[in-house]
Amino acid sequence: MTIKIEKRPTVGLSKVATSDTHGEDSPYFAGWKAYDENPFDEVHNPSGVIQMGLAENQVSFDLLEEYLEKYRDVARCGSGISSFRENALFQDYHGLLSFRKAMASFMEQVRGGRATFDPDRVVITAGATAANELLTFILADPGDALLVPTPYYPGFDRDLRWRTDVKIVPVHCNNSNNFQVTPQALEEAYKEAESKNIKVKGVLITNPSNPFGATVQRLVLEEIVEFVTRKNIHLVSDEIYSGSAFCCSEFVSIAEILESRNYMDSERVHIVYSLSKDLGLPGFRVGTIYSYNDNVVTTARRMSSFTLISSQTQQLLASMLSDETFTQNYIKTNRERLRRRYEMIIDGLRSAGIECLKGNAGLFCWMNLSPLLEKPTKDCELAVWNTILHEVKLNISPGSSCHCSEPGWFRVCFANMSENTLEIALKRIHDFMETRTIIQKH
Amino acid sequence: MKFLSKKATCNSHGQDSSYFLGWEEYEKNPYDEIRNPKGIIQMGLAENQLSFDLLESWLAQNPDAAGFKRNGESIFRELALFQDYRGLPAFKDALVQFMAEIRGNKVSFDSNKLVLTAGATSANETLMFCLTDPGDAFLLPTPYYPGFDRDLKWRTGAEIVPIQCTSSNGFRITESALEEAYQEAKKRNLKVKGVLVTNPSNPLGTTLSKQELELLLTFIAKKQIHLISDEIYSGTVFNSPKFVSVMEVLIENNYMHTDVWDRVHIVYSLSKDLGLPGFRVGAIYSNDEMVVSAATKMSSFGLISSQTQYLLSAMLSDKKFMKKYVSENQKRLKKRHEMLVRGLKKIGISCLDSNAGLFCWVDMRHLLSSNTFDAEMELWKKIVYEVALNISPGSSCHCTEPGWFRACFANMSENTLNIAIQRLKDFVYSSARDSDIQNHQHSNNTSPKKKSFSKWVFRLSFNERQRER
Repeated sequence: MTIKIEKRPTVGLSKVATSDTHGEDSPYFAGWKAYDENPFDEVHNPSGVIQMGLAENQVSFDLLEEYLEKYRDVARCGSGISSFRENALFQDYHGLLSFRKAMASFMEQVRGGRATFDPDRVVITAGATAANELLTFILADPGDALLVPTPYYPGFDRDLRWRTDVKIVPVHCNNSNNFQVTPQALEEAYKEAESKNIKVKGVLITNPSNPFGATVQRLVLEEIVEFVTRKNIHLVSDEIYSGSAFCCSEFVSIAEILESRNYMDSERVHIVYSLSKDLGLPGFRVGTIYSYNDNVVTTARRMSSFTLISSQTQQLLASMLSDETFTQNYIKTNRERLRRRYEMIIDGLRSAGIECLKGNAGLFCWMNLSPLLEKPTKDCELAVWNTILHEVKLNISPGSSCHCSEPGWFRVCFANMSENTLEIALKRIHDFMETRTIIQKH
Repeated sequence: MKFLSKKATCNSHGQDSSYFLGWEEYEKNPYDEIRNPKGIIQMGLAENQLSFDLLESWLAQNPDAAGFKRNGESIFRELALFQDYRGLPAFKDALVQFMAEIRGNKVSFDSNKLVLTAGATSANETLMFCLTDPGDAFLLPTPYYPGFDRDLKWRTGAEIVPIQCTSSNGFRITESALEEAYQEAKKRNLKVKGVLVTNPSNPLGTTLSKQELELLLTFIAKKQIHLISDEIYSGTVFNSPKFVSVMEVLIENNYMHTDVWDRVHIVYSLSKDLGLPGFRVGAIYSNDEMVVSAATKMSSFGLISSQTQYLLSAMLSDKKFMKKYVSENQKRLKKRHEMLVRGLKKIGISCLDSNAGLFCWVDMRHLLSSNTFDAEMELWKKIVYEVALNISPGSSCHCTEPGWFRACFANMSENTLNIAIQRLKDFVYSSARDSDIQNHQHSNNTSPKKKSFSKWVFRLSFNERQRER
């Protein structure tokens, strides 16, 4: 006889703990669960679900592994006995100077030397997830809002809002102009917040963008800077995909815009960076905040006590990233490989009759399946998504999970698998589209 | 419009407290045996530097652990991609077994109830986010670790209400002190959500007795609130009584199938026991599924580097080594503790009787010009600037009695500790001399300040005479 144990109601947890603002009930995560239960494996499970919802960069590991093999000491906490001790004790929230110097230099190289970064303005955090939350705590009070262009990375709902109690007011973008942010859209969002008596504290953009995998144009950046200056609010530029732009010169960083104006009025601008995407090291939890505002730097540093990078990891990366021969080669090769993958998927999709938004960066493409929708609604989009997940066995991310206002768009990742697997995924899509055409014809 | 948030512009980060100011002074003029022998000796930093040689020799014998290799095969790729907030299973398994080992295997832990965080700093804050709404309060026995003011209150908006403990009973927690604190919170219209204790205690260096733990459990059962037991120093117990974890007392007192079981949460870290504060290794252990679930999601904001999780999973799984490490480390801490206590006793300064931690709770009440916190600050400044020792004044730990100081002994060489004691000796003797001179000059003036100095000088001379016999 089974004994049913009554789950006792939990006494007194906080509102934060019991809310669902962590967002884990969204389809974005449901797709992951389906993958976890039946993961594709070329040998052991060739008919499993292929994970195309995970923006990971796996195309350049060999370069990192080669470096580590060559410089074994670098991994082993440096050479000599005193190195380990010093490193193990180092918990200074300023972060290792050598690491900050290496990060600043790497960020400069990623921008082709078109911007300079001061190591003393680099604040370390355990990943960009922490950096974005930390900045939100600093720039906004509970109840205030940040304007975020849609569609945006689903994780922002948690990162910017959950524990901070700050709101996101969407800046609606659509395909009529390739989803670019316009001054009108910004103004509309601002007025929307005002009408609800919500104080807007800043704008947060992702450049290159997630989910479309495209760099933000210079003109648009200038318009955004003009807008935040006029409204006297902050601008956070999440540039974690900056090293994933296929062509270096096509990426314009907010730092370049500021440098071209001699840093006039730049105290409202803050950049978020991370090595999770460009170097493919999400497990190492390496994020930074770069701020042009002294108060923000000081406060962020103090707050980073809650989310420091392991000194062991700082040491490893300080060595690796200060080796310019390595970094120059890595940046160049990584871009090239990502571009090839992008072309492969675009061509494959096109031959299946599917178009994507023109992209030039990132680890994913923004695919347009709106012709497949019975009606242009979120429900129809989710129906198509379900079919693709359970029948075609591909986990891709529906646009609605990214708050896209136009139904039918999907984010498809291409850098987290082998070329073989990508071909298999493309074949499955091809077959699926053929079947649908046949069905439609009858 | 105000440009930054209230959190950014307030001073709840606590960096203006003397605890941190002492550090700043040290940083301007740090002691170095060779290059700056007159500099300030850092005795305000609770670090464990005594047993690195053991860790270093283990690393030299096990190069795979730091070299991203498992059985000679590279697992770099796997680790680089591993960002699962549930943590590396091998690491969690090894960590819960290590925690059980420290508790003499009287309790066992389930790795599914463990949440990894970037240090205990993050663990404590995360627990507060899970258990309190802005404006709610937690009760903390004083004196307590100054960092709690930041960790528990800054971004969470929670309040701390002190449970006043005094030297009259060795700073032990009493039922009346608990009740008083609870009532005080009520008076301030604060909803009390729980009690947080540090066991072994920082800054006292004492372990909580079974009675105190039972008292706490009775209290939280009655008030229907939580108990957080910060046990980050549990591996540093070097003398009896042995460390008793709250988990043990919960089981012994049959709380296992009551709702109290779900309301006790433990915080752990490897920063003190293993001396690895730079690696940011902390953990929350809770029997409450919802707390584990919420805390796990929140840990996204402060995950432990997979590189570090792997290294430590290999080290902690070497049970033979860990047993040897813990026992040797405790021996060394005991020796250092004795050195400091004896050295201070010789100059007429006593310490609270302690059996754990990386510091002593030093009684300098007799050196105060008056029984006030101003006098404590005056003495502290003299010690920092004239004696060139950075120790932590009791007021920074919210102690209710002036004159107590926390002095760390495990973050320096034996040589340096001896020099520190010598400096204090010189200071105390010269102060006594000055006081004597002043006494003679104002022989009609019998103010309490001078009386206390004379009494103490007498005590010292008497002790010395005794030794001569």
